[in-house]
Amino acid sequence: MTKKRIQEVVEETDEGTILFNVPMPRNVELLKDLSPIIIKQSYHIDYIHSYGQDSPWFAGLANKRLLGTRCQKCRYGFATPKLSCMECGGECDWVEMPLEGKVHTFTVCEFGSEEFLKETPFLLCLVEFEGFNTLLLSRLIGLDPKEATLNWVGMKVKAKFRRNSKFKPTDVYFVPA
Amino acid sequence: MRPVYVVSGGVSKFKKARPDKTFQAIVKEAVVYTLQDIGLEYGKFLEIVDGSVASYFSDHFTRQLMAGIMVQDYLGLTPKPSHRVEGGGATGGLCFQEAWKSIASGNMDLCLAYGFETMSHVNTWKGNEFIALASDVSFDYPVGGFYSGYYAMMVVRHMKEFGTTVEQMAHVSVKNHMNAYHNPYAQKRQKLTIGDVRGAPIVAWPLTRLDICVMSDGAACTLIASEEGIRKLEKATGKSVNAVKITGIGRGTDAMRMSDRPHKEVPLLPHEKAEDYVGKQFVGGKLKYPGIHSFRAGRTASLQAYKHAGIKDPLKEIDFVELHDAYTSSEIQTYEDMGLCRYGEGGEFATSGKTFMPGIEYGLKLKDQPVCPVNPSGGLIACGHPVGATGLMQAVFAMWQLQGTIGKHFGDPKLQLKNPKRGAIHSHAGTGTYVSVSILEKS
Ligand SMILES: [Zn+2]
Repeated sequence: MTKKRIQEVVEETDEGTILFNVPMPRNVELLKDLSPIIIKQSYHIDYIHSYGQDSPWFAGLANKRLLGTRCQKCRYGFATPKLSCMECGGECDWVEMPLEGKVHTFTVCEFGSEEFLKETPFLLCLVEFEGFNTLLLSRLIGLDPKEATLNWVGMKVKAKFRRNSKFKPTDVYFVPA
Repeated sequence: MRPVYVVSGGVSKFKKARPDKTFQAIVKEAVVYTLQDIGLEYGKFLEIVDGSVASYFSDHFTRQLMAGIMVQDYLGLTPKPSHRVEGGGATGGLCFQEAWKSIASGNMDLCLAYGFETMSHVNTWKGNEFIALASDVSFDYPVGGFYSGYYAMMVVRHMKEFGTTVEQMAHVSVKNHMNAYHNPYAQKRQKLTIGDVRGAPIVAWPLTRLDICVMSDGAACTLIASEEGIRKLEKATGKSVNAVKITGIGRGTDAMRMSDRPHKEVPLLPHEKAEDYVGKQFVGGKLKYPGIHSFRAGRTASLQAYKHAGIKDPLKEIDFVELHDAYTSSEIQTYEDMGLCRYGEGGEFATSGKTFMPGIEYGLKLKDQPVCPVNPSGGLIACGHPVGATGLMQAVFAMWQLQGTIGKHFGDPKLQLKNPKRGAIHSHAGTGTYVSVSILEKS
């Protein structure tokens, strides 16, 4: 009976890092003096990210409506989705937010993390709304980043929405009212 | 609870990149220094140490889960107990306190608290992204994704509410860099002027590159002991141990989304009164606390630590503080949280001279003498911020300060305070989401 021959050589492939040569002294005692080998490794992931109970907020943006939440027990108003009240643990309901507010604070990002580097300089702000106890982080558009001044704090702003929703919090942004 | 002491420590020099060693070997450097400093032979150490706590922040930077156990086996500490602590920027401070718990509870007599971060594995902008993943990835990260931006927004509000100025912030940068000039472990040892700080490129308005700490590779560790542990060490080394007592620990938290921070009454320290925060100097006649200008977690942690250590008036009773100055602005905000001055007065306090080191020439006109030097080592701004190591680095520098051994470890006695009795260390995460405060005293 003839035995089936099993391949004894691994396939040579072309992807990834290929080092064609590395230093190797004849005397292994010298190895501790060698420079480290540094290789580049790429890393990419697609996440399946659920907005869970916060999903209606994003649906709201797609319909040009800004939603907040209000505690049914203590009436605390959140300018972000908080279906569980931070103040009393009660359950919150969705409510419609005013489309105008005031700049509570802001900054101009001249630098950023990799994903947003190409957007610099961009303005971030926290918006305060009449009748709501907390703030909303958003982009501030329509101001010259070079003119940044403390006088922008307190400025009236209004919400605008992207026409084609990307289902991200940047589907809403604020401009001077 | 039993009395707890920190008996020795080590810090690898913080550098932009350490490609010469993997994280395990960098931690080993700090551990070897720790043992050599008390004359403990490595084999003896492995015999008498009961276990460890490992501190590192981001699995993304190492692209290696369970890195803690890899340090544990590299150090030869397997199969002894260990666990990993993670709490953003506060990771190192939390690690120190977890080791404290192991001793205070009677679970261990000798515990090694070690921490590291190797942030050079990615470019700065990618590192900023990894750090920004420590903000809400549904609502915060996609909008800005940049911690310097979040902190800049906080200080803009501080400026608006209290009149804090960028020059006041620059004083912090000049002070910390100048202190670090005498600290060989620091990553940045620079003599700067207010003009240098303000003239540096803006990162997030109004913070410049010199208002912000840098990314680092580095490790630090401390050896924590009970009285029984000290006896074991003395028996093993035949030498007496210069122990520093940990007399207080405290922690606090706040909402991850800083936009969600509510407004409450200020939790008062014993030397403060409710009237301190009422008056026309506050918007609306009363301080809206914490707002986004203050760190409620920092106040909460301070209150607990002070109560534990019996501190009534921190500025009078604490001789120095190593605090988490990831930003010059957050150092100013933290003065207020720790009660070194009142809320709203941090800017003025920063330029008063009270937080500077005696005997160092800063090139600044300061009206007051030093009272409670803040970041005598140079802080995060000048030393660097390899996150998991940072809080432990503070513990090591504070311990050396109280042992009176700065001159020996830095090769320069310039940063040694004259007979300090009590110091505080403060570790801070997120935009104030986790904060730890620990009190160390000469025993
Ligand atoms: Zn409620």
